[in-house]
Amino acid sequence: MWKSIQWRATLIAVLTAVSIVVVLPSVSDILPDAWNRKMPKIHLGLDLQGGVFLRLAVEIDKAIENTTLRYADDARSICREKGIPVLGWQKEGQDGFSLKFPPGDFAGRAVSLLKDEIPSLDVSLGETRAEGASVTGRMKPAEILAIRNNAVVQGVETIRNRIDQFGVREPQIVAEGEDRIVVQLPGVKDQQRAIELVGKTALLEFKLVDEGSSIEDALKGAVPEDDEILYQRSVDLQTGRATKTPILVRKRALLTGDTIKTAKVNFGSQRGGAYVSLSFDPRGTKVFDRITAENVKRRLAIVLDGTIYSAPVIQERISGGEAQITGDFTAEQASDLAIVLRAGSLPAPVKVIQNVTVGPSLGLDSIQKGLRAGIIGAILVVVFMAVYYKFAGLVADFALIFNLLFLMSGMALLEATLTLPGIAGVILAIGMAVDSNVLIFERIREEIRTKKGVRASIDAGYDKAFWTVVDSHVTTLITAMILFQFGTGPIKGFAVTLSMGVAINLFTALVCTKVVFDYINARRPMQALSI
Amino acid sequence: MMELIKKTDIDFMGIRKYAFAFSGVLVALGLFGVVQIYRGHANLGIDLAGGTSIQMKFRNPVSMDEVRRLLGGAGHQEASLQEVRGENILIIKVGAKGKEEKMVSEQVVSLLRQKIPDNPLTVESVSEIGPAIGKKLRSDAVLALVVSAIAIIVYLAWRFEFKFGVAAAIATFHDVATLVGVFYLLGKEIDLLFITALLTIGGYSLTDTVVVFDRIRENIRLRKKGTFSETINLSVNEVLSRTVVTSLTVFITCVSLLFFGGVVLKEFALALTIGVVVGTYSSVFVASPIIAVWRGEKMVEVKR
Repeated sequence: MWKSIQWRATLIAVLTAVSIVVVLPSVSDILPDAWNRKMPKIHLGLDLQGGVFLRLAVEIDKAIENTTLRYADDARSICREKGIPVLGWQKEGQDGFSLKFPPGDFAGRAVSLLKDEIPSLDVSLGETRAEGASVTGRMKPAEILAIRNNAVVQGVETIRNRIDQFGVREPQIVAEGEDRIVVQLPGVKDQQRAIELVGKTALLEFKLVDEGSSIEDALKGAVPEDDEILYQRSVDLQTGRATKTPILVRKRALLTGDTIKTAKVNFGSQRGGAYVSLSFDPRGTKVFDRITAENVKRRLAIVLDGTIYSAPVIQERISGGEAQITGDFTAEQASDLAIVLRAGSLPAPVKVIQNVTVGPSLGLDSIQKGLRAGIIGAILVVVFMAVYYKFAGLVADFALIFNLLFLMSGMALLEATLTLPGIAGVILAIGMAVDSNVLIFERIREEIRTKKGVRASIDAGYDKAFWTVVDSHVTTLITAMILFQFGTGPIKGFAVTLSMGVAINLFTALVCTKVVFDYINARRPMQALSI
Repeated sequence: MMELIKKTDIDFMGIRKYAFAFSGVLVALGLFGVVQIYRGHANLGIDLAGGTSIQMKFRNPVSMDEVRRLLGGAGHQEASLQEVRGENILIIKVGAKGKEEKMVSEQVVSLLRQKIPDNPLTVESVSEIGPAIGKKLRSDAVLALVVSAIAIIVYLAWRFEFKFGVAAAIATFHDVATLVGVFYLLGKEIDLLFITALLTIGGYSLTDTVVVFDRIRENIRLRKKGTFSETINLSVNEVLSRTVVTSLTVFITCVSLLFFGGVVLKEFALALTIGVVVGTYSSVFVASPIIAVWRGEKMVEVKR
């Protein structure tokens, strides 16, 4: 008997010691800093510490379509450069296009030229008629698959880059399913700014302004082929009023943002306010040098996500690989823009489909109220047990304390996230924790009524109640597990605390309380039990 | 020994007709609620229906009528307003319009900031959910309810016997339906937290049911004489005290959560509190009589 008691008491003592050490970093900072950092901790959910939660849908189909359109533009330019006239073009589904050529060997030459120049396309000769021939370009399946696979992975990477540069403690950026990204930014208050930073595609393009055609005609519908109308945005920094000016630009981008080496904020642009200065990598520097040399005195539009930020006249050849984006930015906007340009563009546009923002004051309020409800509930339960079951009730209360301690250490070990519903789960678990002891105590009372000895009654009570306790807890565990499987964020938190609380309760109610009774009985057999 | 409930001898089986009638009404109400939810006539939370919810705190008391008028002027006539008295907190909910995933929180907040300049507001929380997500969460919730019902029947069929499993599942369904019905009648919000409460109560209600079943099984083995109804009566009376006491402790914590847990958890705690009461009722008045009716009056031992 003694051996078994000693063994169980030692187990409980060791578990308690370990739990206290594990829980400490989560509840106070009395431990040395170096230790504190290494230990696992209970994390607070966004609903408790405040922050921004974003769920993004990655528009992969749009990415494929955009890439196709870009290839179509490239294909036409390449043909023209080699003196092959293109009569017209059209989209062929989501991932293909066709070009029309005049009669002669033009179409044939185009096929072999495009096969060499754009290896990601399947190029084939279409039907030949008297008035000409067509050539179809279709993206290779491997290419589409690469875009599909890349869109989310690369998107997560890019967003993480941006957030790291922005500076958020413990951000979480993860892919979800095939086309979703979930971003959690604890402590961030300004949801609009967060959405801009995370959701901006940030595709930077340099396009020539078409000064040979009239914008008035284009606005009436006569947009020259190879051209498009984009709008220049300008903001009066004093009043915040924004105006838009249409500008006719070439469709083809001469240079894109992927050649940017660094981007930083500067102040004092001609239009006032902040601006972003860029420097290109060697390849970008070379291309930019060539563009500026070939187009002196012409206007170059700097386009970000389809909006022109500025369209300055190229005064002279620029060989240093530096450019500026001016666009009536506030200092904050300019610094965020520099961040997204440094981190690179998203491979596919994203749309915010869920946004949950919790202010820090609400989070704090929730913690305080949750704790208050928990403490009041726990005190009422403890008092009830002590009054109703007297000494045995006190033993159950003592097990309840272990239950809470083990629950917290378990959460710290798993680095679980505590949410507001999670606190509710803990409170509910307090109520259920004493259930097992109630079942056992009621059974012991029944045994005592049959005039059995105290010790035999206790043993029989624990024995007979065992399976009832297990069965009744397993059903709660089953539903909690299912909640964990299907639930999102805060509700997962509820499932975690509730199921851990119930599981740990099996141990504390069956083992921790029994060892107390056994210990007393082993020292001096009880004559009467206060229950 | 302190006893809330002394030894009782209540004829539970004798009053089962009344209990069945009462429960029938509750379940019918619940089914009606479910139909109304499907038809979109219930107060569906934005996490299930899609839309925007903004909780804001004003410095001074704010007139609900004025806010409603301002929102109406901006095209949000159907916005629902909820006020937390004494704290100047206002919760505005705007449903998602059609398939368009449009986020309106920024617009609403700046509108109120502009039009009520002498009463500054801080945004405490914003939640915007596109219709696609709402749809997914909705189907997840239904799936979770179905899967847990099946899992429970399987577990109880394994631990007891199939009829016990089904009876327990019916009792659980009864509790869940009652909760839905009550929430629908009270016009409370049906959201993800409510679904969570449903599942939790489903699991908890079984705790009580299992305690009763356990005793029924034991008594069937011990008693070889008498009718099945008598055995069930005896068992329910024997465990009545512990059924009530275990429910009481959980009830205490739920009530504490209801009164002290704050705005966000209030309806969740209400659902749990109602659920504990209904769950206790159903294990005595629904689950056990079903077994008696189904198994007949012959005493056949239950496998262990």
